[in-house]
Amino acid sequence: MINFQYVRADDVADAVRRIAADPSAKFIAGGTNLIDLMKENVEHPSRLIDISRLPLKSVEETADGSLRIGALVPNSDLAYHPLVAQRYPLLASAILAGASQQLRNMASTGGNLLQRTRCYYFYDTATPCNKREPGSGCSARNGLNRMHAILGTSDSCIATHPSDMCVALAALDAKVYVAGPAGERVMAFADFHRLPGTTPQRDTNLRSDEIVTAVELPAQGFAGHYSYLKIRDRLSYAFALVSVAAALELDGDTIKQARLALGGVAHKPWRDTSAEAALRGQAANPATFAQAADLVLRDAKGFAHNTFKIDLARKVIVRALTQAARGTPQSQANKKIR
Amino acid sequence: MALARKRATDEPIQVPDKIAVSLIVNDVERQLKVAPWTTLLDALRDHLDLTGTKKGCDHGQCGACTVLVDGRRINSCLALAVMKDGAKVTTIEGLATDGVLHPLQQAFIDHDAFQCGYCTPGQICSAVGLLAEGKAKTADEIRELMSGNICRCGAYPNIVAAILQAMGRS
Repeated sequence: MINFQYVRADDVADAVRRIAADPSAKFIAGGTNLIDLMKENVEHPSRLIDISRLPLKSVEETADGSLRIGALVPNSDLAYHPLVAQRYPLLASAILAGASQQLRNMASTGGNLLQRTRCYYFYDTATPCNKREPGSGCSARNGLNRMHAILGTSDSCIATHPSDMCVALAALDAKVYVAGPAGERVMAFADFHRLPGTTPQRDTNLRSDEIVTAVELPAQGFAGHYSYLKIRDRLSYAFALVSVAAALELDGDTIKQARLALGGVAHKPWRDTSAEAALRGQAANPATFAQAADLVLRDAKGFAHNTFKIDLARKVIVRALTQAARGTPQSQANKKIR
Repeated sequence: MALARKRATDEPIQVPDKIAVSLIVNDVERQLKVAPWTTLLDALRDHLDLTGTKKGCDHGQCGACTVLVDGRRINSCLALAVMKDGAKVTTIEGLATDGVLHPLQQAFIDHDAFQCGYCTPGQICSAVGLLAEGKAKTADEIRELMSGNICRCGAYPNIVAAILQAMGRS
């Protein structure tokens, strides 16, 4: 690892002051992604600002029934929190589908949002990568792209966002609270991450002098009808080829409200509100779900090694919605898909 | 994330002083001085001579470096020692008491739950964390919640059997 200075932030305001004063500094919380990237020389901050001791570790119900999750709540604590398990089991399931328990014990809520792609070329400093080295080119477009995106890609970048947790947060319509020199602002989850466009070096719309302080979930948690179905190359501890967060509110067999978000297919968690709107008022059956899947994938485009993802995504959408409608969510322990 | 964060390679950086860190390792308070980039794994192995904790991949993918920090299992290769100042760390060397093996250590022997043994300290520390969490009840749940510990020899069936024994379920 390249050398760096280490400082500990006293409070959120101090953290913001310190990051604003040093554009080559970075925050560190759980460190599970940043330390790895520093060992690979992909990230080389001059200074690490340790925010791990800041008081952003509580999970609290707000007056309007929302749930406010501090940015430093570890992933494992969040997955097992009684209110999350009870009201937002889709989020708990998605968290437990990702990483390992050791990593979930370390990784923070805010850090999960800010983790970087696992594109092999982003990690390999010997190859061109527009995300790591803007303007150098994309090695994945004509390289090994089995893990890469099929939606929202650009000529510059076909990387995917690797998070499972964020797919559920997108489906649940979360908000992200951030603090900067001008105070606090709130972002809709859909506006937090970016598509690559011509600036794939920017993963999010967080400004360089801002810190994530909390994530908030609205009261509707879809606890009755949900499923997080993740398909990967081994049964556990691997990034998604395709994952689907599905949530339904049913009136008998009729869909009153639907939520649908995909992981492993785009540069950001891919929520499709037009497919959700098309599901509304329809009968909850495989034919309806297949139409929604076609809508989600209407502009999907594969590359040499990942066109299989288009058909796979179609099937996973239908299966996840079917599991949600039946009230039999995918187990994250026994991986048999029913 | 941010655009302007890349560090120019020709920009000199002042080498930071070593930082004093206090850790309670296996119930003994230890004082050390480390560079900021020293991982907890390297601090344990190279500064405190506790070489039971293994370096496998050094990237959080294999679990060989698993230790317990304040009772929770983590990958020590991805933790900076300076960030753990004041923490209680338990390594494989701290599990036996008065010469009596921890029930998981004994169970791994009883079930021959290893071959080369390199992943074993991490497997056992991870299993200690698993038992403390109390989330795994079935063999499926043990396999899932132990998936952060890779065994290249493939001793998985015996590792699951050993953990079931330590849970009192064999």
